[in-house]
Amino acid sequence: MADSSNNARPLPLKAFATIAAAVGFVAIAFAYTAGWLPSHRLTPKEMVRALEPPGGPALGHRRNHAKGICFTGTFDANGDGAELSKAQVFERGQYPVVGRFNIAGPDPHMPDPIAQVRGLGIRILTPNGQEWRSAMIDAPVFAAPTPQAFFAFLNAASSKDPIAFRQYSTAHPEILRFIDWVKNHPRTESWAETRFNSLDSFVFIDSSGSRHIVRLSFIPQSPSVTIPPTELAKRDPDFLEEDIAKRVGSGPQRWELIVTIANPGDPSADPTKAWPADRRTVDAGTLIVQQAVPEVDGPCRDINYDPAVLPPGITTSDDPFPAARSAAYRASYDSRIAESSSYPRTQKGEKQ
Amino acid sequence: MRAQLTRFTAPQRLLHWFMAICIFSMLFIGIGMISAVTPKYLTLIQIHKALGIAILVLAVIRLTLRIVYRAPALPPDLPVMDRLAAVSSEYVFYALMIGMPLIGWGMLSASSHPVVLFGALHLPPILPVNPHLYTLLRRAHYCLALMFFALILVHFSAMIFHKMVKDDGIFETMAPAIGVRQTKNSVHGHD
Repeated sequence: MADSSNNARPLPLKAFATIAAAVGFVAIAFAYTAGWLPSHRLTPKEMVRALEPPGGPALGHRRNHAKGICFTGTFDANGDGAELSKAQVFERGQYPVVGRFNIAGPDPHMPDPIAQVRGLGIRILTPNGQEWRSAMIDAPVFAAPTPQAFFAFLNAASSKDPIAFRQYSTAHPEILRFIDWVKNHPRTESWAETRFNSLDSFVFIDSSGSRHIVRLSFIPQSPSVTIPPTELAKRDPDFLEEDIAKRVGSGPQRWELIVTIANPGDPSADPTKAWPADRRTVDAGTLIVQQAVPEVDGPCRDINYDPAVLPPGITTSDDPFPAARSAAYRASYDSRIAESSSYPRTQKGEKQ
Repeated sequence: MRAQLTRFTAPQRLLHWFMAICIFSMLFIGIGMISAVTPKYLTLIQIHKALGIAILVLAVIRLTLRIVYRAPALPPDLPVMDRLAAVSSEYVFYALMIGMPLIGWGMLSASSHPVVLFGALHLPPILPVNPHLYTLLRRAHYCLALMFFALILVHFSAMIFHKMVKDDGIFETMAPAIGVRQTKNSVHGHD
């Protein structure tokens, strides 16, 4: 450095040491915060990778619940939910919905008859500009009590070591109940006959500021018709999508939004634990599905059904999953959106 | 002719140090939140959005003050490369302070994600929903954040260097009011 006025000064070792120490410390702290240093921290990317099949993900598609169909419709609120939450979505009125029916799994071409879990994503907009997103499945309880346990389960289930799963199920016996449900629950003919559950608990905040811990379900108005396993195997690979398109084509399909309110002491943090059946419920309104649209050009395609997108009046509870799902869904969204060209639209004019 | 400043004005210095804390926190929050799946993820991302908009507002105020009050002249004997680095880094800092929040806001808009600041306060989208735009902005936000962080480290190193080695008064132009010593090399007059 040109420094003519100070040429008598010795080498500024102290200054350089100070700079090196300070910059080094801050850089290491940053790397630690970023998760770049070895640690036991579970990251969203690791979570998403655990869901990927051995051959790698289907580019451009959701990393889980990859197969699905978009729908549009309305949420017809009856006003009864307003006693629990001040969110506008519970004031009497009709609010537009963009949703997605799906099946669990990373393969967007998975045959519907082998689907083990069915899902529903919804986004409801209200005139005040707030929105509510939710993603639910048809299981009565979830597979694992915490995101870390779910990650361990995914790794154990995909491990070539047969002991891995036994070790997991010994530590987490609730997984056996979940697998029993997956294998043996009756399959209905349609998403329109499927009950979807939030599994995770949320907190509803009413206009006086009181908090109510709730879980949510969409209960179908169509009566359930079970398909026997032998007949299920013969169904078309896309029978669920064909069915919903046909039903919606002949008339709107409906589900009631049932809010279940926890009693004090009910397990709100653990979605593997059901609440007793006698808990108070409130029917907050009706989801009316009016149009089904293939995902490739559909309005749900680029929506991330992030369960942490909540309007004022709904917030997360001590259940750790909505945060973990929000983080993992974002990682999945970032990947698939960047891969859009691998899942090309069929219609022109997609660029808005 | 406007009298030459020997230091930045008090509001400029206050904003500089307050924003330094905000931006430093912001970079750690940002890089930390995207590696977390724990409930603090939601808290951090909420702070990140609100603080980002706060930084945008403060940066615009600061830019206005910078244009109105200008800056103290650099020491006349500052080598030309150092002078170039000082001038260009200031432009880059202002571009990042204003650009990063806008990119963040824009990428949420392009992914049709709501920009909720706190409670019922939310901002309108500033860009159309577009997956290509989202990907571009998402990557830019990440890369520019790393660049921002690196630039802050260089800025910090230069500050210590000017204070401890050259003692040329450059640190004093932005030093907090308390305990400032006007060195014999402090810059006065013309350049």
